[in-house]
Amino acid sequence: MRSVVGVALAAATVIGLEGCRAAAGDGVTLRFWAMGREGEVVQELVRDFERENPGVRVRVQQIPWSAAHEKLLTAYVGEATPDIAQMGNTWMAEFAALRALEPLGPLLARSAVDDTSYFAGIWESNVIDGQPLGVPWYVDTRIIFYRSDLFARAGYPRMPGRWDEWRTALMAVKRRAGPAGYALFLPPNEYEPLLALGVSAGSRFLAEDGTRGAFSEPAFRRAFDFYASLYRDGLAPPMRNNEIANLYQEFARGYFAAYITGPWNLGEFASRLPDSLQHAWATAPMPGPDGPATGASLAGGASLVVFRGSRHKEEAWRLVEFLSRPDQQLRFYRLTGDLPARREAWSDSALTGDPRIRAFGDQLTRTVSMPKVPEWELIANRLRDYAERVVRGGEPADTTLAELDRDVSRLLEKRRWLLARAHAGAAR
Amino acid sequence: MIGVGVRGQAVAGWMFIAPAVSLILLFFFVPVTAGLVLSLTDFVIYAIASPATARFVGLANFAAVLADPVFWTALRNTLFFVLVGGPLTVAVSLAAALLVNSRLARAQGFFRSLYFAPVVTTLVAMAVVWRYLYHPHYGLINHVLGLVGLGPVDWLGDPRWSMPAIVLLSVWKKFGYNMLILLAGLRTIPDELYEAASLDGAGWWAKFRHVTLPNLAPTFLFVAVMTMIEQFQLFAEPYVMTQGGPLKSTTSIVLLMYEEGFRWWRMGYAAAIAFVLFAIMLVATMIQLRLQKEQTT
Repeated sequence: MRSVVGVALAAATVIGLEGCRAAAGDGVTLRFWAMGREGEVVQELVRDFERENPGVRVRVQQIPWSAAHEKLLTAYVGEATPDIAQMGNTWMAEFAALRALEPLGPLLARSAVDDTSYFAGIWESNVIDGQPLGVPWYVDTRIIFYRSDLFARAGYPRMPGRWDEWRTALMAVKRRAGPAGYALFLPPNEYEPLLALGVSAGSRFLAEDGTRGAFSEPAFRRAFDFYASLYRDGLAPPMRNNEIANLYQEFARGYFAAYITGPWNLGEFASRLPDSLQHAWATAPMPGPDGPATGASLAGGASLVVFRGSRHKEEAWRLVEFLSRPDQQLRFYRLTGDLPARREAWSDSALTGDPRIRAFGDQLTRTVSMPKVPEWELIANRLRDYAERVVRGGEPADTTLAELDRDVSRLLEKRRWLLARAHAGAAR
Repeated sequence: MIGVGVRGQAVAGWMFIAPAVSLILLFFFVPVTAGLVLSLTDFVIYAIASPATARFVGLANFAAVLADPVFWTALRNTLFFVLVGGPLTVAVSLAAALLVNSRLARAQGFFRSLYFAPVVTTLVAMAVVWRYLYHPHYGLINHVLGLVGLGPVDWLGDPRWSMPAIVLLSVWKKFGYNMLILLAGLRTIPDELYEAASLDGAGWWAKFRHVTLPNLAPTFLFVAVMTMIEQFQLFAEPYVMTQGGPLKSTTSIVLLMYEEGFRWWRMGYAAAIAFVLFAIMLVATMIQLRLQKEQTT
């Protein structure tokens, strides 16, 4: 009885597949999951891909960012992953641990996509245990947005590139702003600026192959002391970003003169600040502890990945190659404002002509990827909580950072066990 | 013969309750058992890929929960919300019900709808408005405080004020519902009792104390129990207003459980928190039932 049903089902499936095949010509339909605004505009790009590759159809599914992580995980558990997807850099380690992603090494070896044409730090964030798992699609990093008029009036027509000089500049701005204003908006519930200071000081946050916290080591300590002093000296208010009603109004009003944020705010500042201020704001790369060359920031953005469960990996890879072409990268930039990951695209006048974007281009040559362990986002959130205890709760940095290290090492206990087990297995 | 008949009846009985029992088994006992098993393992993100990496850890999750300072902070916040927010909600509901029910009140229907409006309003939309009200510089609440000479309060930013701010919001959001139930209770009190009390020379307070309250007791108890259960499950208000901050001052137990489980995928740990919360609510309910029994006997 069962076998009869089985045969009938198999027959129905074959007929069904044949039906699809007949409808789609050659018969491959790629499922592509893209998030938010990118998911909207990529529809336009894939039409050209379909024209170039007759027989391959791309079905783009647009997923809101807020639901994307859960949806990808659920799809993995239910064995319903797409062929290709956009994936935030910070999720890569997690999906690598799940072994959900196709290693791209063999495909890259015989491809026009070349790692040297990408920003090194950004490319590196896609390589896990020596194996590239994604191709950067667009990039994202944090730099300083500031009121050039306020800094100029305080005697700084250019943003200094070394921590001590930067600090002096912030103090000069604060003096002019008086008690009701601040030099820098540095919300303690955003951990990215602190991480950027950390990588600039040379910290990599975790030690011993990502199995222990390294927050009380000298490199991070140096960054943290600098960070905490910005609040202590009244240069930055210890206010969270949800405590100010409208960031752009406050920036326009001069409540704060600088803010460390990402490329999406280029468009927001341009459209939300009043016309009178449009020539009064600028961007600058992160200053470094020992001069501009040490000023690093975070390697962020999103990549294109091919799923291990895909049955059309060849075609999916062709789509990755297509979207990575410099001309498509530029087109994507024009549609979304997302900064291209491919360096060739950066020689276009659309990017070189704008000094605010040039600062991003400059910063992108000095980015560092975050530790590639699945627990990283949890650890970064813990860091934020502990840092807030120091800058708002007035607790001493020494003991708080030591406690953070202990906490982080506890969180990584499982990872240590898994690694030890893997080593034991390899030795045997 | 009789035995068969009884057995037949028993079978029929079981068959009648079978749908309900199987639903309870399937959707209550199975998940609860699975949760209990989960709470005894170190199920984290790695275990989704290969369940074999989940280890049996005994009661280690429970020990970790009890040793976690964030859990105790969350428990303290939740108890504050239950013990301060609960009675306050009930008191405001009662006051509103008495006002609306007052013979002197005009347009009772209008006020009833008005007070009920927050209950049906989406919390997320409300949160946007309340964030403006609580704003340290331009907020209406601080403006009014300033008029009577009180200093500005950083409602959502100051760890000492953030929980009271959440309580205030939740009282405003919830009192309308309880008010309707209490109002129904008030309407069942016969007017003759008030008339008799008036003839005896009872004033407003004496009537409230000796007529209204005793007659309202059953309704009041229902409102109190339901409110307490609801208060323990505090989640949405801090989730949309403060995300549990600042300094964890508005993190409730349910919010902590949600974050551990669905944000960080530490399922074993989250399941342990769930069982601790279950134990606490069980004790609280038993205390209330005991009080109820004392009151009725």
